[in-house]
Amino acid sequence: MPTVRMTVNGRAVSGEIEARTLLVHFLRNQLGLTGTHVGCDTSQCGACVVHVDGTSIKSCTLLAIQAEGAEVTTIEGLATGDELHPMQAAFREHHGLQCGFCTPGMVMSAVDLVKTNPDPSEQQIREGLEGNICRCTGYHNIVKAVKAGAKAMNAGAMKG
Amino acid sequence: MHNFNYHRPNNVADAVTALGGAGDGKIIAGGMTLVPTLKQRLAAPSDLIDLNGIADLKGIKAESDGITIGAMTRHAEVAASSLVKSAIPALAELAELIGDRQVRNRGTIGGSLANNDPAADYPAAILGLGATVRTNKREIAADDFFQGLFETALEEGEIITAVHFPKPEKAAYRKFAQPASRFALIGVFVAKTKGGIRVAVTGGGNGVFRATDIETALAANFTPAAAKGVKLDPADFNGDLHGTPEYRAALVSTMAARAVEAC
Repeated sequence: MPTVRMTVNGRAVSGEIEARTLLVHFLRNQLGLTGTHVGCDTSQCGACVVHVDGTSIKSCTLLAIQAEGAEVTTIEGLATGDELHPMQAAFREHHGLQCGFCTPGMVMSAVDLVKTNPDPSEQQIREGLEGNICRCTGYHNIVKAVKAGAKAMNAGAMKG
Repeated sequence: MHNFNYHRPNNVADAVTALGGAGDGKIIAGGMTLVPTLKQRLAAPSDLIDLNGIADLKGIKAESDGITIGAMTRHAEVAASSLVKSAIPALAELAELIGDRQVRNRGTIGGSLANNDPAADYPAAILGLGATVRTNKREIAADDFFQGLFETALEEGEIITAVHFPKPEKAAYRKFAQPASRFALIGVFVAKTKGGIRVAVTGGGNGVFRATDIETALAANFTPAAAKGVKLDPADFNGDLHGTPEYRAALVSTMAARAVEAC
């Protein structure tokens, strides 16, 4: 079986996989990083969104072997120690969730969105989250959370 | 998903060799259609040849009469490219409308063309702008490239390397998106080119096609009303639970009018 090597949340990892292993299954089953969820498994719902080399992708639609040598960030890699990432904190503050299943993907997509658009409007947030489905339909607070999270990320960047 | 042998060549020649040596090889570009297809076991190739390691296939460059986009260039790169935005803004806007953010971060122009989904966005731009598809073997004019449902002029062992777009006088794309899939229920690309008015329609039938009746009407009078006034025959359109043939036919005139307005 081929061996795949990549950096996940700053840590060098490797594993033996079948060529057909999806990145999400490598993360969850072999690395035990179960924060990345499998919702629809048909590339639509976005519960599996992670960052690969700095951009958001659906990890159920990328082969693990294709991430050879890549820098991967999952929801587990966002916080600094006990301090939540500003976007995670905003989701908690604004209750940007109902059942919480879609939340990891929502947060990862939102962080990527704010990187390219530091001050997104409500419309841009809704469009930016087109690839993430909340089956509880709890979008109202999610959008509020992303707006606040963007502000907090910018404030953090200025402090940093 | 059935298992397969995985190849990641660094150049096109090695990709062709890997493809030739495989029992039933398939090329993977962005994989935004292929991976879901494999997962559903609608395809089960013996070998997968990944083009993501070929640097020569990536990037956007200006040429004398327009721009050339490498086959492995992502939709998000085209949407954000200042070169594309200044030469052919309609093309950057179209790229921004494809799928969702994550699909745009991964999907490629070459993959979209080779797949030729009947409701994909890029084919409308390629046909509407009269672009040229460059492969490892030859150049193929847009009018000859698309050959119906998921069919193209590509031969065995032929790999798209780039697409060349001549700069139009004016162009715009308007899409009525199917709200769940984001594919075009109908998308219309209108362009005023050196060779005349071109109107390309996606989502309407077995593949992208030119709406010649609207082209004729716009050649005489380039106004939204002229486009809207053309009634297309519903017999030429497909129907499904998202829209009847009559609805799709009417949408073409409406989207064409909106595109003309945006030109």
